[in-house]
Amino acid sequence: MWIIKLAWKNLWRNRSRTLITVAAIFFAVILSTIAESLKQGVFENLVKNVVSFYTGYIQVHKSGYQDEQILDNSFEQNPTIEATIYRKSNISTVTPRLEAFGLASSEDLTKGCLITGISPEKENKITALKSRLVSGHYLDNDDRSVLLAEGLAERLKLGTGDTVILIGQGYHGATAAGKYPVKGILKFGSPQLNDKVLYMSLPATQEFFSAEGMVTSYILSIRTEKELNASAEAVKKAIGKNYEVMTWEELLPDIKQHIAADSNNMKVVQGVLYLLICFGIFSTMLMMMLERKFELGMLVAIGMKKSRLILLFIAESVLTVLTGCLTGILASVPLIFYLNKHPIRIGGDTAKAYERFGFEAIFPTSTDSSIFVYQALVVLLIGLGLSLYPIAKVMQLKPVTAMKK
Amino acid sequence: MEKTVIDAHNISKIYNPETIPVYAVNNVHLHLLEGEFTALVGPSGSGKTTLLNLIGGLDKPNEGNIYINGTDITKLSAGKLIDFRLHNIGFVFQSFNLIPVLTAKENAEFIMLLQGIKKSEREKRLQQLFKEIGLEDKTDIRPSQLSGGQQQRVAVARALASRPHFILADEPTANLDSVSASNLLDLMEKLNREENMTFLFSTHDQRVIERARRVITLVDGRIASDSAAVPTSIPHEQVVT
Repeated sequence: MWIIKLAWKNLWRNRSRTLITVAAIFFAVILSTIAESLKQGVFENLVKNVVSFYTGYIQVHKSGYQDEQILDNSFEQNPTIEATIYRKSNISTVTPRLEAFGLASSEDLTKGCLITGISPEKENKITALKSRLVSGHYLDNDDRSVLLAEGLAERLKLGTGDTVILIGQGYHGATAAGKYPVKGILKFGSPQLNDKVLYMSLPATQEFFSAEGMVTSYILSIRTEKELNASAEAVKKAIGKNYEVMTWEELLPDIKQHIAADSNNMKVVQGVLYLLICFGIFSTMLMMMLERKFELGMLVAIGMKKSRLILLFIAESVLTVLTGCLTGILASVPLIFYLNKHPIRIGGDTAKAYERFGFEAIFPTSTDSSIFVYQALVVLLIGLGLSLYPIAKVMQLKPVTAMKK
Repeated sequence: MEKTVIDAHNISKIYNPETIPVYAVNNVHLHLLEGEFTALVGPSGSGKTTLLNLIGGLDKPNEGNIYINGTDITKLSAGKLIDFRLHNIGFVFQSFNLIPVLTAKENAEFIMLLQGIKKSEREKRLQQLFKEIGLEDKTDIRPSQLSGGQQQRVAVARALASRPHFILADEPTANLDSVSASNLLDLMEKLNREENMTFLFSTHDQRVIERARRVITLVDGRIASDSAAVPTSIPHEQVVT
């Protein structure tokens, strides 16, 4: 205990130097915590946007569907399976879908489209589909009408109240054809979705494709994104090998790759910040060793074991780093929470690009507590790593040489 | 029978032994009994500080053996030597060398903390020590607020706090004015007289030399003269046999 007390007193023997070091750590911790929090916040937001567009966090298919997305790879809708999935702790919503490509026609125009049969209320919980309505009304559970994506409606020159003719191949090669009133128009940020999606209620879709009681997927949303893989594993285990369970990372590998690339760029920025911390701490240690060389020699001369001297230096390092680190984290907490509630709004062309894809042009921060813990640990490890320098010096210390003037 | 505290046989400290050997201490024999008050004198570069460093276990001789209370310290490992110094030797340095962030009392207490002495015992010893050095009213003051003489008194208190067998002092009065030097010598003499504490100090200071009961003069690393009645420069062969 007296070593800690002595270490603390030693820190303040050169008040301004210690304050400069602590300030360097303080600001570096704030910057690096905010950088990490922004990075995670932006990615979380991106994932939330992408996932809520269409895919959901997890999808359950019949085994082999992902490789060959045809109706013949659909499976029977099973309330027991749905209940089994829903019982998993992190699963918040389960909704069935029946999807297949078909042709949509108006009076003179025809276009390929993705016919998606949904359970309107449940689907809305995952993809907030209702909020994308730009005209008309949302579907009811047993609706016999359709919702058209805006781009597709424009290409077919159809509006709310018009009729769309659908033609396609049904389950097991059956012919699928029918005409449906357009109940509403949806607007998607993603041009891919906006030009091709058509929604119908699940019973109407099953009837259209002659696939009564069949679905191609269950779309799952989760409560905690951190437990994505664990949740997918739990579902996989519960429903057996006849089904494939895929996370959004597997369904959208491009997005995952983009996040990984961006994350690496951010690591470079953080590396520079850590380097700043290293310089701050190391320069202090260098000066301290030079200033106290004589004193260290004296301490060993009067009988202080080198192991105790090493402990003293480690304690001084840890105390300096902890002071800077804890004050930095304490200062960054309100800042990060503020930026979470009032995210940074971007403007100009970037904002337009974001909005074009249906994303809100904001950079929110993540308030995940692990960010603070991680940053504190990294800086602490840097401090401990750098204290190897005085340790090495103490190991080599010869009292007679150290006390020579 | 008087107890031998320091017994150095045929010790030499040679720098650059492989190239151009320089004898800082050359074949020195030194025998110090308990309660001696000895000054090591000689011109600059005569080897006083080197000899003190060797006796204090801060440096190792190239030749010879040094027995402190019967223990050959030249045979001890670096780690054991630190421990030996802690429990057996008190040091007083020329430039006081107190820890600046600790108070006078904490500086003296420091060595007892290293020894792992209990708080109650530490308090008892500190009270007695500060009474002896006459700084009872300065215990909570930091070294920077003490005069040079007061700082050196605290250094003596620190050296005594570990209850050593003897005290080595390297030019203890070098940085003191005449009054402070005289006061310090009074204190050292008192401790020597009343507690039979053995002192060996190097000095240039004539005032110190005059008050020493034994004066050893070093010239070019060799003992040129020794005022003690007993011979201190015994031929090596005699020691070995």
